[in-house]
Amino acid sequence: MRLLRKLLRTPEGAIGLGLLAVLALVALFAPVLAPGDPLRIAGRALTAPFTDPAFPLGTDRLGRDVLAGIVHGARTSLLVGLAAACAALAIGLCVGLAAGFAGGIVDEALMRVVDAFQIVPSFLLALAFVSVIGASVPVVVLAIALGAWADPARLTRAQVLSVRERDYVASARVVGMHPVEIAFREILPNVLPPVLALAAIIVAAAILTEAALSFLGLGDPNIVTWGSLIAEGRNVLRSSPFLSVFPGLALVVTVVAVYLFSEGLGKALSSRGGAA
Amino acid sequence: MTALCEIRQLAVTYRGETMPALKGIDLDILGGERLAIIGESGSGKSTFARALAGLLPDGAAVAGSLRWSTGQPRAGRDIGFVFQDPSASLNPVLTVGEQVAEGARRHLGLSRRQGEARALEMLERVHIPDPAKALHAFPHQLSGGQRQRVAIAAALAARPGLLIADEPTSALDMVVQAEIVTLLDELVREGGMTLVFVTHDIALASGFADRVAIFRDGMLVETGATGTVLAKPQAAYTAALIASHRDLATPPLIREAGR
Amino acid sequence: MTLLDVKNLDKRYASGGRVVTALDGVSLTLSAGETLGLAGASGSGKSTLARVLTRLVPADAGTVHFGGEDWLALSGGELRRRRAGMQMVFQDVLGAFNPRATVGSVIEDPLRIHDIVPKAERGREVAMLLDRVGLPAAYAARSIRDVSGGQRQRIAIARAIASRPALIVLDEAVSALDVSLREKVLELLVALQEERGIAYLFVSHDLAVLAAVSHRIAIMDAGRIVESGPAAEVIGNPKSPAARALVGAVPRLIGQEDRNAV
Repeated sequence: MRLLRKLLRTPEGAIGLGLLAVLALVALFAPVLAPGDPLRIAGRALTAPFTDPAFPLGTDRLGRDVLAGIVHGARTSLLVGLAAACAALAIGLCVGLAAGFAGGIVDEALMRVVDAFQIVPSFLLALAFVSVIGASVPVVVLAIALGAWADPARLTRAQVLSVRERDYVASARVVGMHPVEIAFREILPNVLPPVLALAAIIVAAAILTEAALSFLGLGDPNIVTWGSLIAEGRNVLRSSPFLSVFPGLALVVTVVAVYLFSEGLGKALSSRGGAA
Repeated sequence: MTALCEIRQLAVTYRGETMPALKGIDLDILGGERLAIIGESGSGKSTFARALAGLLPDGAAVAGSLRWSTGQPRAGRDIGFVFQDPSASLNPVLTVGEQVAEGARRHLGLSRRQGEARALEMLERVHIPDPAKALHAFPHQLSGGQRQRVAIAAALAARPGLLIADEPTSALDMVVQAEIVTLLDELVREGGMTLVFVTHDIALASGFADRVAIFRDGMLVETGATGTVLAKPQAAYTAALIASHRDLATPPLIREAGR
Repeated sequence: MTLLDVKNLDKRYASGGRVVTALDGVSLTLSAGETLGLAGASGSGKSTLARVLTRLVPADAGTVHFGGEDWLALSGGELRRRRAGMQMVFQDVLGAFNPRATVGSVIEDPLRIHDIVPKAERGREVAMLLDRVGLPAAYAARSIRDVSGGQRQRIAIARAIASRPALIVLDEAVSALDVSLREKVLELLVALQEERGIAYLFVSHDLAVLAAVSHRIAIMDAGRIVESGPAAEVIGNPKSPAARALVGAVPRLIGQEDRNAV
């Protein structure tokens, strides 16, 4: 649709979308690109990268294939990142809409809850949550979402308050539209764009938080993630830096891709000219 | 009167646009005159005002020449600019006094105390009620008409020779509009300044302009002394503009009340 | 026949610790098919009156009878149904239409909500309304963003007449239009009034616009109606300071002879 075309016309949007598409494909076809369990011992330990064609990126201390680890790790990172961002947005949208529409004491109460969640540093919140409940993918997703929902809630509420005052909402009331229809047809579609632009940033943050949790050993121990790979490489950082560097690069590329995408999206959304 | 500025073949195209906003304008601005630039939306009148003041956005392609008789004018010092919307052209976090003094302090090198005295003087000249108190007020505490007076005071603080006003009354109601126009006329006369007044209202301009220039679709359609142009318009467009003017003497559209 | 009967409307706002009186005991009447011009400077309360009448903001005191019913007492579904009889045209700044709407959907909304015509005939009704306001029927598919200011105002009028109202409140409806477009829109409004017997409450700070279309004019100042009467009377012989200021503020075309005399 129109938005997609506008997005692709910006250099950020095009590059970002392209990179994300590649990442998504890698994650999707991980079992094809690197068949078998990435955690199995595949070859000699600590093979240097670019020396052995069977292990293009080398092997780690136990002889596990680094490339397989990165490819499978992509799955986890993208999955957790997207799931956590969706959860954060869902919670944030609901709370923001409720506060913006209800007003009064409900608004006040909800905003104090948002304040509370915003005061606590989101990483510590996630950390505490996982430590208490235990490390598994759903718990990690929830933990990250808990730290991230407050920003979209605030933005949604601000958007609702602003859009509610526009003449076209007044016009809909004068025409006799039912309040529920006004909420869904007039207000909501015009509230969403900036919140969706925020979504991309939340995805990036979620991916980094997941990596950090795994790095600290608080991720799901049964799956491979970029964070856990980086943690593995910590012990031999001086002799075999590539073990941490490659997954680190993968992380950087992913986060940069998400940021570029969100920049492009922001440009595409704002270039929607309000011709008067 | 000699020409303060000679504009030849001025053409402007904004970045990203294919259609030019201004197409080959030839016009002289005479020193000390009151010139009204009249046009509807899209006529290029605002673009012209901004080109004159050097306020075009980055990337705007400008062709043609602007020749100033007194050398290249400095914004704020030689040219004062009044914008259409005083709520947008005044900084909401600075006091009125600070904003009016800003131009004078920067261009005339006044100290803070001198700047404040100058600001007070300017606020008095634009007939702001209770100027001493207004010095320390913020723009949002004033009405729309008062804000525009402040904007005019700020534009004139450094005593420029040329004042350009881009639709300064379009965002204000009729009564305030009449007051602001009277004020501008008075200030320009007292200061011996040149005034370029951009508007869509030909009747408003006719009340005080010496000359009028009619713009349409980026082109200059007609120019001349106000009385002459209004009495004997050369271009069909000018005649149409005059004909579509409506005031209290124009016959109403409704038929005589008969229910 | 009195269509609208307003008695003693009050509206106060609390603003920054002070109480601002927007409406102070406002009373007026409007008959079917007539236009009442409501003039005033900014802050006179005329826009507030328009919003109180269209039930966008609640009144603090007073009564409004519309079509014989107690208009302010209505609420919920009952009010929504009755709204078909009183519509509004806003000053078209960017915010007057949902940016995601199409021209057709904007006009179809009232047709659908008030079931004016059966579903199968709505398309035709929209085309007919577009044609009536001087726009091609093909515009129905266009996005509302792809339409000029003057055209948008015509669409706003089409939307307002779609529900076959008895009264339309126009709040500075032509103030943002170019002078040449203004005349055409005013002509359209007058023609629609003659055809359909719609009454107008026309709010404006420009007395010249009101003189063109109003049967009667009321002048507002500081929340009160300070003068009212037949249009020609109020304009020709303004008694209150507010009325005199409004009359004096209308720019007149001054030709060469006049300027020399001045």
